[in-house]
Amino acid sequence: MSLAAVGAGLAVIGAGLGIGRIGGSAMDAIARQPEAYSKIQLAMIISAALIEGAALFAIVVAMIKG
Amino acid sequence: MLAGSVPATSAAISEDEVKSEKTEKEFDAAPFIMEHVADSHEWHILTKKDGTDVAVYLPVIIYDRESGIHLFSSRKIAHGHSYRGFTIAHEGKYAGKIVRVDEHGHHDGSKPPLDFSITKAIFGMIVASIILLWLMIALARSYRKTGISAPKGLQGVLEPVILFIRDDIAIPNIGDHRYGKFMPYLLTVFFFILINNLLGLIPIFPFGANVTGNVNVTFVLALFTFIITQFSANKTHWRHVFAAPGVPFWLLPIMIPIEIIGLFSKPFALMIRLFANITAGHIIVLSLVTLIFIFKSVLVAPVSIFFVLFMDCIELLVAFLQAYVFTLLSALFIGMATAEPEHH
Repeated sequence: MSLAAVGAGLAVIGAGLGIGRIGGSAMDAIARQPEAYSKIQLAMIISAALIEGAALFAIVVAMIKG
Repeated sequence: MLAGSVPATSAAISEDEVKSEKTEKEFDAAPFIMEHVADSHEWHILTKKDGTDVAVYLPVIIYDRESGIHLFSSRKIAHGHSYRGFTIAHEGKYAGKIVRVDEHGHHDGSKPPLDFSITKAIFGMIVASIILLWLMIALARSYRKTGISAPKGLQGVLEPVILFIRDDIAIPNIGDHRYGKFMPYLLTVFFFILINNLLGLIPIFPFGANVTGNVNVTFVLALFTFIITQFSANKTHWRHVFAAPGVPFWLLPIMIPIEIIGLFSKPFALMIRLFANITAGHIIVLSLVTLIFIFKSVLVAPVSIFFVLFMDCIELLVAFLQAYVFTLLSALFIGMATAEPEHH
């Protein structure tokens, strides 16, 4: 169980870094082009969902093998 | 320890106390959460103080190789009872499955019978399908009555969603003149996932089954996308798999296996993504609820409920997002498989 928790934690670090980068870049992009706000936001949410999916793969493995 | 320090006259009461304290101490969140997330034959609603369960017992339909088809209520095999030589295994290789037992109530080691029961997830799907049918038939009828006009009522809610799927998912990914054939599938899969995600968030009886968080359901959905993609694929798609243009021939022994794995890994990722996102959401909400019982304090309850509400709002976003992502990626895969080479 504890090893699974470590695995989940590592997955969260990766996903956090990834989503953080997307959020930061989206903020930069919106600051540069405020008129493209809605398009950037949509692309940001999609990429965040995809990264979250990758992190959840790790969570599933941690759950099964934990 | 406690039992040793009390007088013998109140031994019976203290024994009860010890028992209740023991059960409270041993509250383990993981099995509680897993029970709610997993599929089951009965729909447990609550356990009364005297230990009796309030539950909806769903029908069991099994096919045994020796004794044929059996149909009975899951009430008969609940709580470790066996009926017609069947019970639900609680441990071992087939834990959670219906297995055949001998006269002593022990699993006789045979393979479990084929299980076609109406389980929680299937019941949830039936409820969702009825709601979908009602919504879509009402929508179609209202269009037949009014024709193409300014949308009102139900049309106003669903028309933008359907147009969004056509204009922002199907046309950009599949192409202007080929998208029509795939619209029925994309719309069906979008609304099916969406309605099941949303119903999964409602914690009251006919709703709340973890349908899209069940890996079997998402497997079949991903299988549909896989089959549709491969059967609508054109020559260019297969040439890219088996003889990618511009790749030196000595690389092909490496490239072909990678491309073939790629064909399967895409729908596999679809399956895991939906399953993991929805299950993870449910687990987080349930974990926050169990905090109250882990700390055994009413004071934790407001904090816990606040976080549950917050998570539910995020889950609302995730419900739409995952339905959208599944549909988008399905359209993308279909578009990639049906794309014509560009002529210059």
